[in-house]
Amino acid sequence: MTAAHSPWQALTRGDFLRSAWPWRSGGYLVTSALTGVPALLALVVLVAFSLVLVGLPLLILAGVALAVVERRRLRIVDAGPAPSPHRTPAEPGLGAWVRLRLSEQATWRELAYGLLHALVLWPLDLVAVFVAIGLPVAMAAAPVQLALDGEEARVAKAFLVTSYPQALAAAAAGLVLLAVLLHPLAALAGARAQLTRLLLAPSEGELRDRLSEVTRSRARLVAAFEAERRRIERDLHDGAQQRLVALTMTLGLARLDAPAGPFADRIAAAHDEAGQVLTELRRLIHGIHPQVLADYGLGPALADAADRSALPVDADVELPRLDQSVETAAYFAVCEALANAAKHSGADRARLTARRLRGVLEIEVRDDGRGGAAAAKGSGLVGLGDRIAVLDGTLTITSPPGGPTVLRVEIPCEPRESEPTGPCE
Amino acid sequence: MRTERERTDRPLRVVLAEDSVLLREGLIGLLARFGHETVAAVGDADALRDAVTEHDPDIVVTDVRMPPGFQDEGLRAALALRAERPSLPLLVLSQYVQRSYAAELLDAGDGAGVGYLLKDRVGQIEEFLDAIARVAAGGTVVDPEVVRQLLRRRRDPLAALTPREREVLALVAEGRSNAAIARALVVTEAAVGKHIGNILGKLDLPPAEDTHRRVLAVLAFLRA
Repeated sequence: MTAAHSPWQALTRGDFLRSAWPWRSGGYLVTSALTGVPALLALVVLVAFSLVLVGLPLLILAGVALAVVERRRLRIVDAGPAPSPHRTPAEPGLGAWVRLRLSEQATWRELAYGLLHALVLWPLDLVAVFVAIGLPVAMAAAPVQLALDGEEARVAKAFLVTSYPQALAAAAAGLVLLAVLLHPLAALAGARAQLTRLLLAPSEGELRDRLSEVTRSRARLVAAFEAERRRIERDLHDGAQQRLVALTMTLGLARLDAPAGPFADRIAAAHDEAGQVLTELRRLIHGIHPQVLADYGLGPALADAADRSALPVDADVELPRLDQSVETAAYFAVCEALANAAKHSGADRARLTARRLRGVLEIEVRDDGRGGAAAAKGSGLVGLGDRIAVLDGTLTITSPPGGPTVLRVEIPCEPRESEPTGPCE
Repeated sequence: MRTERERTDRPLRVVLAEDSVLLREGLIGLLARFGHETVAAVGDADALRDAVTEHDPDIVVTDVRMPPGFQDEGLRAALALRAERPSLPLLVLSQYVQRSYAAELLDAGDGAGVGYLLKDRVGQIEEFLDAIARVAAGGTVVDPEVVRQLLRRRRDPLAALTPREREVLALVAEGRSNAAIARALVVTEAAVGKHIGNILGKLDLPPAEDTHRRVLAVLAFLRA
């Protein structure tokens, strides 16, 4: 049996009275006064100030402040999370913060709660605790009262007891009454917690907003990452690569001029070395950001990836130009899949098909290898899956032992407008 | 490769488009040294078009990637020029081994008098000058590296070719003459002729003037 998360859940358990829940409920209701009384005072002061217009914004923000405390106090009886429903301002500064708060529905819900709490709820809570705990405890204390007084005791300021049997009866009745009344008290605490949650915790819509905010920021991260790749590629191309080409040209000329001998051999060696560095640099730059993707689009870039693959690939690709982010994510996924197939699958052929059908880009890489591929085993496919997920796409791998391994990428997308298309295969 | 040979290429009037000043100066010096005259050296695609209009050169040598966009502006400008002047020889220098670029270039006009070389190749002085001379004379040149990458593919219609025929086709794609191919493969020129006949047959190319068919074979090779 799992632990109860709220007074209502606890009420359905047989061990309610033995658990901490009655006291947690009582504690929640009693501490209401600790926030309710200052809230009431603040309300009185600020309403007075509002007559000269200064207090109104402060009143609204006081609701926000009270809500912070109230959400924390909620933990006494509610183990569930109650995050702030507010958004983070996009820009720094008090002005931006205030403007955002005033535009949020949550702020007004918090103000409503503040008024309700200051004027109605905390007194009610206190009365409930007084009736459900104070009264039975007072009755249970009858023998003590009688012993102290010696003559008579007025139990709970209501009826008079003058003998110990009477006092003990009152005490017993008080204990029974306490056991009975703790149940409605917990029910009330549960209801109060629900009301607090309803007004102060994020609503469905706010949670959805937050999720889409996270998705958007993830997409922004991916875009920033791509821009950075392009910048690095361009810096390498415009800088190191051009200089190296100039260097090989100089060395090539020197090679022609040098009279035959050890000196000419040195120059020839340097020339060849520089040529190899250039080849390596070219491959590196291509790996960082294949320019063919920008110039010709995904179709030719995939055909090119198939050309380069160490494993022979039958490519069947027919695609329009698509959004840049879609093209990039799909391209790198296919490259990774082909590299994995060449490295691990033991296949002798792979088949690559890519189409855009019913508004979805569908790519499949299939190899006839031994199967048993796992995306989780530290392969680059996990990161690529994340990248595709940002675009609302999916990446799936099926690889039963014995093969075939099939990687599918599906990304919803629209053809790109106004772009000249390169020659498709 | 023929080294230490006295070059007897005719002097050419070259328009050069390359955005890196360092390389531009280097190329001007290189060309001058072997008797070619750079009539205009420009750094962007628009200037390239103006220079060609003004100078009517024997050959245009251009980088693929140029300002303003640093994508394939150089190639686009070259293709636009070619559309206006179908006989203008074009040599494109590129950093990309992808065949898309070469295929598009060879599609321009009838594929004669065009070359697609990797930029690295300018360091191989002899090969580079050879390519310039061949393109200016109306030949077709594709960088050996691009050809090598294509050779690793095993797809129709090239699947029908024997390894030897593929080798011959690769050399044809690099723009070599039958005599040069015979030398490279250490066979007789007649044998090369026979291979080329078989290749043209297998690629199902229409009977036409020989040079043109050779270019078509190269195109088939690039597009396969």
